[in-house]
Formats: sequence, C-alpha cells, structure tokens
Amino acid sequence: MRRLVWVMCGAASILLLSGCSGWQSALDPKGPAAGELAWLIWFFTALCTVVWLLVMTVLLMTLIRRARPIGDPLVLDATSERHKTRIVFAALGATAVILIGLTLLSFFANRTLAAIGSDAALTIRVTGHQWWWEVRYENSQPNRILTTANEIHIPAGEPVRFILTSTDVIHSFWVPNLAGKLDLIPGHENVLDLKADKPGVYRGQCAEFCGAQHANMSTFVIAEPRPVFEAWLNDQLRPAVPPASPEAKAGHDLFLKRPCVMCHKIGGTIAGGTVAPDLTHVASRQTLAAGTLAMSRGNLAAWIADPQGIKPGAHMPVVDLNGDELNAIVAYLEGLR
Amino acid sequence: MKQRPSVDLSELPTFGHGPRTPTWWGTLAFMALEGMGFALAAGSYLYLAYLSPQWPLSAPTPNHWPGTIVTLLLLASLVPNHILKRYAEACAMVPVRIGLVVMSLLGIAPLVVRWFEFPALNIYWDTNAYGSMLWVLLGLHTAHLITDVGDTLVLTALMFTRHANSGRRFADMGDNVFYWDFVVLTWIPIYLLIYWMPRLD
Amino acid sequence: MSSADLAHGRDLASEGKLAPERDGPRDTGLDDDSLDRWLARTWQTAPGIIGALSTVDHKIVARRYLITAFVFLCLGGLNAVAMRVQLSGPERGLIGPDLYNQLFTMHGVTMMFLFAVPIVQASGIYLVPLMVGTRNIAFPRLVAFSFWIFLSGGMFAWVSFALNMAPDVGWFAYVPLSGPEFGPGKRADVWAQMITYTEVSALAVAVATIVTVLKQRAPGMSLDKIPLYVWAMLVTSFVVVFAMPAVMIASTFLILDRLVGTHIFNPAEGGDALLFQHLFWFFGHPEVYIIFLPATGMVSSIIAAFARRPVFGYLGLVLSLIAVGFLSFGLWVHHMFTTGLPKLGASFFTASSMLIAIPNGLQIFCWLATLWDGRPIIRTPLLFVFGFFFIFVAGGLTGVMLASVPLDLQVHDTYFVVAHFHYVLIGGSVFPLLGAAYFWFPKITGRMMNERLGRWHFWLAFIGFNAAFFPMHIVGIWGMPRRVYTYPAELGWGDINLFITAGAVVLFVSFALFTINLVHSALRGAPAGNNPWNAGTLDWATSSPPASYNFARIPVVTHVEPLWAERGTLPVATGLRVDARELVISTVAEAHPDVREKSPTPSIWPLFAALAVGGTFLYSIFSPWAVVWGAGPIAITLVGWFWPRGSAEDEE
Repeated sequence: MRRLVWVMCGAASILLLSGCSGWQSALDPKGPAAGELAWLIWFFTALCTVVWLLVMTVLLMTLIRRARPIGDPLVLDATSERHKTRIVFAALGATAVILIGLTLLSFFANRTLAAIGSDAALTIRVTGHQWWWEVRYENSQPNRILTTANEIHIPAGEPVRFILTSTDVIHSFWVPNLAGKLDLIPGHENVLDLKADKPGVYRGQCAEFCGAQHANMSTFVIAEPRPVFEAWLNDQLRPAVPPASPEAKAGHDLFLKRPCVMCHKIGGTIAGGTVAPDLTHVASRQTLAAGTLAMSRGNLAAWIADPQGIKPGAHMPVVDLNGDELNAIVAYLEGLR
Repeated sequence: MKQRPSVDLSELPTFGHGPRTPTWWGTLAFMALEGMGFALAAGSYLYLAYLSPQWPLSAPTPNHWPGTIVTLLLLASLVPNHILKRYAEACAMVPVRIGLVVMSLLGIAPLVVRWFEFPALNIYWDTNAYGSMLWVLLGLHTAHLITDVGDTLVLTALMFTRHANSGRRFADMGDNVFYWDFVVLTWIPIYLLIYWMPRLD
Repeated sequence: MSSADLAHGRDLASEGKLAPERDGPRDTGLDDDSLDRWLARTWQTAPGIIGALSTVDHKIVARRYLITAFVFLCLGGLNAVAMRVQLSGPERGLIGPDLYNQLFTMHGVTMMFLFAVPIVQASGIYLVPLMVGTRNIAFPRLVAFSFWIFLSGGMFAWVSFALNMAPDVGWFAYVPLSGPEFGPGKRADVWAQMITYTEVSALAVAVATIVTVLKQRAPGMSLDKIPLYVWAMLVTSFVVVFAMPAVMIASTFLILDRLVGTHIFNPAEGGDALLFQHLFWFFGHPEVYIIFLPATGMVSSIIAAFARRPVFGYLGLVLSLIAVGFLSFGLWVHHMFTTGLPKLGASFFTASSMLIAIPNGLQIFCWLATLWDGRPIIRTPLLFVFGFFFIFVAGGLTGVMLASVPLDLQVHDTYFVVAHFHYVLIGGSVFPLLGAAYFWFPKITGRMMNERLGRWHFWLAFIGFNAAFFPMHIVGIWGMPRRVYTYPAELGWGDINLFITAGAVVLFVSFALFTINLVHSALRGAPAGNNPWNAGTLDWATSSPPASYNFARIPVVTHVEPLWAERGTLPVATGLRVDARELVISTVAEAHPDVREKSPTPSIWPLFAALAVGGTFLYSIFSPWAVVWGAGPIAITLVGWFWPRGSAEDEE
C-alpha cells in the first residue's frame, strides 16, 4: 500500500507541474487575481497533502504494530486509553488550528481579490446567451458604446470591470488564467474585476451547465497594449464596410432578404437583430460560434450550411441556400472586418 | 447462544397513550417534516418579499375576512379537541363518539369557508410571484386540513363499528387530536403572512 | 435488574378504565422448539404471490430494497462508463449532447436518489431492528409502502430514459434551464415529479427508523448503550426529516411553474432563480451526510469487530455524529460561492464549512485509536475500511479546499469538484458499504462471501477508483468544466481523459467481480454460523439468516457490546404473547420496557396505496387535475390500509 502511495504522489506532482503550461489552467496565472488564487491552490494542496500523509502514516503504523494479546475484548488498559485520549485531543486541536488558519487565509485572499478593480476605467457588460456571449463596452457617450460577441479585447495591465448578467439561463464566466468564475444569472447583475498583466489571448468557457451546447460556449479575452486596444475599439465602432466585390454585394443583398436579418445585426445596414451575435465586424474575430470553429472561409460556409451538425441544438437555424448563394453570403461576411 | 430469563414483561399493558406509543412519535416526526415544509414555503415567501421593491406586487391587499373566520373557527375547535383527548385517554366510548362527530363538523366548517378564501386573495397564482406564493401557502395548508378532516371522518366511522371497543382505537384518537393541534397552529403564521404582511408599511 | 424496576411507573392499570384486553399464550416457560413453532407461525410471511406482495417483514423488504438499489447502481455505473467512453478523447462523436446531457443527469439522479439514499436506508431497515433487539421495524406497512414507491419511482425515471425523455438538466436541475421557458418537453417534469415522489419513500423510512430506535430498543439499551451504527442511522434519519422537505418544496415549486404557470422562479414576474438554488442546496448539502453518516456507523461496526475491542471514544463519536447532523444544515451556501452573494455572508459559510471538518476529523482519530490496539487479521471488510480511510481523508481535505470562497472560484463546476465528491461519496460511503456487504452478507444469507474474489474485488476497485478519479483533480485545475460532452484537442486534456476512462473501466470490472461473488457466495458460500466475526452487537445473536421473528426471546442489554459482555448466556425477557405479533415498547432514554404493543400484520394495501400515489404522480406530469382525480383512489387505499381486520394485532 505504501508503495502505491508513493506512486500516486509521484504521478500527481508530475501531472500538476506539467499543468502549469496549460492554456486554460488555473495554475498558469496571467493576472493578479488568478495569481493570488494559484498561490492559494498550491498552499492548500501542500498543506492537505501533509495532513493526508500524516493520517496515512498512522494508519500504516496501526497495521505494522505489535499485536495486543487476544483476550477479553472488554478489558482495556486504562493507561493506554488515557494516553490515546490525550493524543486524540491534541490531533483535534491541531485540526482546529489548521482550519482557523485556512479560514483566515481565505478571508484575506478574498480581500485582495476585491481590491483589484477599485479603479477600473473600462466597464464591459457581458450577457450570457445560449450559447454565446454578448459583449458590450459601456460608455457615457451613446455613440461610443460597442456591442460585439464572444471575443473580449481589453487593455493589458489595467483593471477592467465586468458586469455579468443573462437573459435566458444561468451561465458562468470563467477565464482561468485571469480570474475565478462568476455566474451570469437572469435578474441579477454580478461584478467581476480582472486584470491581465501582459498582452495575450486567454481562453475561457462557460462553467455553469446551460443546456445542449454548454460544451461549446467559449470566449477569448484578448489583452493588448493600450494603443492597440484603442485602435481596435475605434475600428469596431465604425459601421460595416460595404461589400467590395460583386459576389459580396450579392451576398449582402441575400443576407438582407433571407431570415439572417431576423437575428443578426450588421451596423450600417438594415440588419438589426439582437438575439444572435452582432456580425458588423465578424471577420475580425478569430473564431466562429463561440469558439467552436476557427474563422476561415471554409468554416464560415460550413457553419452557415450545417449549424446543427457542428453545434447540435444551437439556435442558429439551417437557412435554405444553394451553392452560389452560400458562397455569396460567405464572401460578404468574410469582408466584414 | 444460551439464554437466561431475567425480566418478566407479562404484566405490561398492551397499549398506551401519548408519548408512550410509537404512533405518537411517528406523528411527531411527520409534524416535524411537514412543519419544515411550511417553514421553507414561508421562508421562500419572505425571501421573495425581501427581494421585491414592493409587496404585494401590483395587486390589491387580500380581503382578510374569510381567513379571519377560518382562524377563529380553527382556534375554537381546539377546545372540543382537547376535551375529546381527555375522554379518549379515559377510554369513554359515548363521549368519544360525540366528540368525534363534533370534531368532524368543526373540521368541515373551516374547509367550507376556506373555499371563499381563494377568491379573497384578490390575485391569481399565475399573475406574478406574489400571487403564486399566496396560493402555494394557502394550498399547502388546505391539503393538510383536508387530510386531517378525512382522517377524523374515518376514525368517527370506525368508532361506530364493532372495531371501536379496543384500547388502540382510543390511542389513535389521541394522535388525531395531536395532529389537529398541529394543523391549527401551523395556520397562524400562514394567516399572518398572507393577510397581514401585505398590510404592513 | 428486576421486572419491577423495568416496568416501573405509569402503569396503565393504575389509570383506571381499560378497554377489555384479550389474552393469549405467553412465551414464559415454553421450551425452545415450541416457542419457535409458535413464533414462526405468528410472524411468517404467507407463501405465494399475495403473501410476497403483502409482507411486512423488515428483512424481506430490506432485501428487496438492497437488490433494487444495487441494480440502480449498476445502471448508473453503465451511464458513467458511456460518458467516459465519449470523453476518452477530444472531439469524439460517439454520443451527442442530447444523449450525453441525459446520461449525466440520469447518472447523478440514479446514484443520489435511487442508489445512495435507498441503500443506506435499506441497510438500516435490515440492521436497526436486529441491533436494537426488536422483532420488526416500527410502521412496517409504511416501510413496505416506501419500497413500492422507491421501486416505481426508479422505474419511472428509467422508463423515461428508455423513451428518450429523461431529464437533461443535471441532477440539481437549476432554473431557468429546467423552467417552463427553457426546458421544453416533459424532461424536467420527469425530474421534478420523480424527486418529489421518491423522497416520500426516504422520509417514510426515516420516520420508521427514528421511532424504531427511540421506542423499540431492547430492555436496558439506554442511550449510552446504543450501537454506533444505530446512532448513525438515528442522526441520519433526523437529517432526512429536516432536509428532504426542502428538495420536495423546490421540485414542487418547479412543477407548479412548469405546469400551472406560477412565477416563483421567474425573475420577470417577481420570482428569483437563486431561490431554487437555496432550496435545493439546503437539502443538497445535508444529502451528502445522509449518505455518509450511515457509512461511518458501518465503519465503527467493522472496526470494533476486527480490532476486537469497543470503538475508542464512544461518546465523542456520538457527539460528532450529532454535530455533523446539525452543522450539515449550515453550509449549503458553499455550493453557491460563484453566484455573487455578498462577500461577508460567503465568508461565514467558509467558516461553517471548515467547522464541519472538526467532528469528521474526530471520527477519523477515534477509529485510528481503536485500530491502534489490535493487529487484526485483514479480511475483505477491513480492506474496504482501509480503502475508506485512504480515499475519504483525501476527499475530506479537498472539501476543505472547496470551503474556501476564493479557491472555490477557480475549481467550482470543474472536474476538480467531480473528483472531490466522488472521493467523498465513493470513498466515504461506497467503500464502507462494500465492506459492510462482506461483513453482513453472512448474516443476511447464512453464507460467507468468497475471500479470494473479495480481495480481487477490493484491489481492482481501489486501483480503478484512484486511477479514474485522482486525475480529475488535475484536469479540473487545468480548466476542464464539468458537464461538457466534448472538448477541443488543443487544450491538451486528451491523454489524461483517456487514462481516466481506463480507470473507470477497471472500477466497473471490479463491480462485475463483486456481482459474481454475491451470486456465487449466496449459492455456494461456506456456512457462516450466527457470529462469524465474533462481533459484539445484538444482530449477531440471531441465527443467520435471522428467523422471521428475529429473536425468540427479546434480549436484555447490559453493555454497548452485549455479546462480549454476556459471553455464555444472554439475559432475556419473557412474558410476551406468542400468538400475536407482540413487541416491547420501551421508554426513550432508559429503554425501560413500557408497553407490549402489537406490530401490524401483512397487508396488500400498502402496495395498492403506492400504485394510487404513483399513478397520481405520473398523471401529474401531464395535467394538474391529476391531484383531484388521484385523491379518491389514494383515500380509498389508505382507508383500506388502516381499517382493522379483526386480528389480535388490529383489535388490542
């Protein structure tokens, strides 16, 4: 049994260490909140491992100790019983001390987390939908409010405030490299503050079961230096670029004639649906369908042709299009940068 | 394993009343779990009322009179209920029969008035959450009321048959009395929540 | 102790008027053979199908309960294997989201409501009356009714699954996902009604267990002489009584929202989605202890028998059971740390969640102190207890991690949590239950289980379990959320998931081996004798399997381990009738014999009542009028149940 213990411990530490390089790992922090939490996880794990090893050692010792002579089971040695009582009480006391320590540690970690966003300059409202994220950059000037989907650009090195809510079921916003998760609950607004220390792309995904496509509801937080972020924001605030080629023009017309407009918005056109992701700059995003597919001409076509095959249960319906029509719409969307 | 007789139980009685019987404890346990159900329903009502900016939610306050009459009837029924208990413990057949008939009538009377309570709530269950909670609370208590009145009616019928002359029947009577107390006492907080909490302000 | 002492106090005769008492032959002075003939005739379950359906023998009902729960365990296990196959690699297309979501919901629902709670209660139905030295459980018809409810509720869920209408909203079915707007079809209704319905059975068994322990203990078994297993069942039953109503309220509110259009959970009309979570977890956390506490009782029994001494720290263990029972109601919010509750409130629940580790720690320390003394021969039951220590202590420690609000923000709803609760529930409950199966199998069947197969079973289960669940901690910290039917290859979770699946298969194989051992040993096992482990509690004083009446004469208890204290001859009580099902009802604290009450006779009505209640619930999925139409049949069957039939048991 002891050998097994060592094997398990060895395997555990190897796996944990290699995990530090994972893309979506809580132990690979890229911001102060996740950093605090990673430290906390390591500390708790180490302490718990020590306690566990102690208990297992005592258990092993009970096995290899010299036997008490078999006699009347009710005749017990009073001295030994007293001794045991003292040890049990001592162990209980140690347990209590450890637990109090851990409670205090949690409390102070919580305070650290709360202090992160106290001076956030940017507020982003994230609304959960089955199964995508609506992202709105709040601004006091209405014409500076930006609505996009699934990919969240933030300035690196600055605290950002997220306001989380939902219009359908409960979701949970979780980007492990940056912060712990927080739920998006209809009828409630939750506030999450986070900061990315350095530029980078951080993957997150919905962490509260939200129905058929819970597995394919991911998001990307893209941290950029402030100037790059500003440029991106200004770019996104512009209406959609008009179709450049005749094929794209045909796609534009088709898009507006077909059911697409019922759900999607394309800024600068009459397409104003709000129940599905805003497509004004869809081609500037890295992925499609909340991280389900990489953005490419082929994937765009595949997604429009067969959404239910790619993301079964998703609310995107199959729109009846022939090959040319599909190509035209893809050509149009591909130009929406 | 060999055995040696050490205790003689032959003189023990074959039935008891109140906490001496398993049935009393069983009834108590059921009261505990049903009471828990009431408490949680009431807690949900208070929780929603606390979250809501106004209470009642866009509805007139309920008309309390049918509820008040039910309350008075239920409280009045406690007196004959306890007289019945005393006779049941004395295993006195005739007063027990009379008491059961009285209690059956005193059980049916509030049920009749209860019928008028639902419209007096002045809101439907599907209007908003406030209406839903009123109907749930009232419905939950009504279910208990119906159950215990049914139980009383069956016991009354039983006491007019050949099965009546048995110590166990009298013990069962005590448990029915006990449960009726529970049905009456759980009503008081629900009555206050339904009719008087919306009048606070 | 004399009879005058025991039958002290409030004698009914002194209270005056008595209903006429008929009398019958008593056991006083009867020789063993004629006593057995009398009691066997009085307590028998009638032969034939009607007899079988009418039985109120706690052992027969418990056996059915155990077998049914075991079948559900196997079905739930198959669910798990199916899910593991789908997850064995990234982007596998074996199982789509629609089926996968039903699979994990059915896995959770089955394991929690159809396996874990029923099997711990069934063990109690079997063992508690034997351990407290009585002839049947209290309210045996209610317990028979509970079994029918449980069986039909479980079948209801699984038939729904076969018809592709099983719930797909997770075992805790959060609104609004399960609500009227986002949970179309009947799937969430199946969840709601099946929960309400099967919890009726859990509540009824809890009441029967409480009353059996409080009022039917053998003369002399005062509170300080109650076996620890019985204490555990008593505390568990109290937890059931106060916790289960919460889930019934939650599921009833849900069905009302879905069926008749109430707005209790609808934020647009003044309701609140989080209310459901509060109600659910107010039940859901105690639920864990409902499953775990009985297992601690089993651990105490097995350790005492193998260490050949009473468990160290009896009082401490009893107090920690009670403390855990109370505290379990004060930490439901730690399941909701990510819902954005006020920070200070959340911190309070961190403290209370940490606090419960203290009584649990005390239990572990007391058991270790007990084991310290002896060098027991290691047999399968003890192996499983060692497995329990190994796994449960780890699970308890990850529980401490989850109790921390900030830490929980990272691992909540990930595979870390999946690993944690399987460590706690399988380590803390299933391993002791398996040990208990090997330990009490001889009592139930009269035959020993095969030791060689048992060891194979243990090692496969132990290795398979750890291989399947330990890596889940890691993949959870790597960011893998629970309840995903697929994951992209680039996240690097593929290899570790394949390893997990292999572990799950080994674990499943170990259960196949266990099943073979059960069947083989029941048919061919070595005869066990009354007390194969030389244990000290009253269950081992009966024959194996016990006679229908359990004890020919009710034992008189002088010690917490009566068979160790009274080696040679067991003191017993006499004076009970042998022609009617007479029990000794005793006082709550001291267990002085107080009344000779009759235990109910077999009856077919509990089955009919269960059918009426079951039909009502089934119909209620489709129409609220079910309650109105069902009331009549339910009332009729209940009157049939309680209406006396003229037997001595009914009339006196």
